[in-house]
Amino acid sequence: MKLNTENNLYTILYIVVVVIVVAFLLAFSYSGLKSRSDANERINKKEQILAALNLRNLPKDSVDAVYKQVVVSDLVISADGQVVKKGEKQDQDGFQIERKAFSKDNLPLYICQIDGDTKYVLPMVGKGLWGSIWGFISVNADGKTVYGAYFAHESETAGLGAIINEPSFQNQFQGKLIATAEGDTLQVVKSGAANNEPTKCDGVTGATLTSNGVNMMIHTYLNYYLPYLNSLNNPQ
Amino acid sequence: MATNNKEAFVTPLSQNNPILMQVLGICSALAVTAKLEPAIVMGLSVTIILAFSNAIISIIRKSIPKRVRIIVQLVVVATLVTIVSLLLKAFMYDVSVQLSVYIGLIITNCILMGRLEAFAMSNKMVPSLLDGIGNGLGYAWILVVVGAIRELFGSGTLLDYRIIPESFYQFGYENNGMMMMPAMALIIVGCIVWVHRIINKDIVE
Repeated sequence: MKLNTENNLYTILYIVVVVIVVAFLLAFSYSGLKSRSDANERINKKEQILAALNLRNLPKDSVDAVYKQVVVSDLVISADGQVVKKGEKQDQDGFQIERKAFSKDNLPLYICQIDGDTKYVLPMVGKGLWGSIWGFISVNADGKTVYGAYFAHESETAGLGAIINEPSFQNQFQGKLIATAEGDTLQVVKSGAANNEPTKCDGVTGATLTSNGVNMMIHTYLNYYLPYLNSLNNPQ
Repeated sequence: MATNNKEAFVTPLSQNNPILMQVLGICSALAVTAKLEPAIVMGLSVTIILAFSNAIISIIRKSIPKRVRIIVQLVVVATLVTIVSLLLKAFMYDVSVQLSVYIGLIITNCILMGRLEAFAMSNKMVPSLLDGIGNGLGYAWILVVVGAIRELFGSGTLLDYRIIPESFYQFGYENNGMMMMPAMALIIVGCIVWVHRIINKDIVE
């Protein structure tokens, strides 16, 4: 049998069938794998929060247990320092907020306990050179010094901007001041220009735009979180 | 038949290499080769997707209406790429995070469309499958060579293991920042083409 494949009706039917088959295949594999990939995403987010607390390279199956032990609660605050949602249960309030939903009045914050000390983890989002970047900065109980930091990116250049994802870049934030008495927040400056100043960190050589992106992100979000952090020391 | 199969598999590795001879897939060869690891994974993913899409298109080639064949090819490739990226997200999450953009880029890799149109549309399933694997590997080895050179001289490491010892840096050795730029990848590809043509004199026109 020889089909006339140049026929208009045949062409249209062919495309319709192809699209239906493909749509079915994709829908099937998406919904079949969704629960697995969601679980992976949750674990990945917990890993990132723990990395900001300098708990890195945990085995995959222990992440949930460590997170449960370390993170006491996650709340939602607004930029004027008010607590919007208390987050009495874990994984409920702050944790549920996706990166896209961050705003001045919708800021997640994690309260953690490490060896009896309270730490606060501040999530943040920003723009790199090619795509979005995000990070978590953990702050000591005094609300003034950095305990640890974690940054990640969607699509920065491998070997250049992508270095913000490496511990060598992230570890230099440890012990830095969140803000000076004059209110200047933590900065990422040109590589080599930080000179061990308490509020400055070196950027990545050859990745000026990514470094600027990290700087802008830290600047914007620390200003959002500062009223809350300041209220920790001066309870009214 | 057997010689045909062998030919379909072997020629893309050198004589008819997709990058060196057909000049396909140059764009991604520049983008993902700053480090060795993404180069290897990208090479493997392209090989797998190219093999499957070649085989599928070859099976249905006689039923495809000529006027919409490119659209059908594109739909097949895009479906395979999406399924691979869903599978990676579910079973190898870390790899999928690293590869986020590259996987999507496979759809636009011209080797795929080139091989589908030039080979799978007019050949049987087995040679098409072998042609897909051959072209994928031919593409992969170039990526690996370029990735290795760029990572070694650009960062002093291979697969993130330090190769150039720290003591070299104390004597004033510096990483070549130029290696990190896509322009350098093009120059390296050019050098490989040059060497390849010196070795294989018969392919010079």
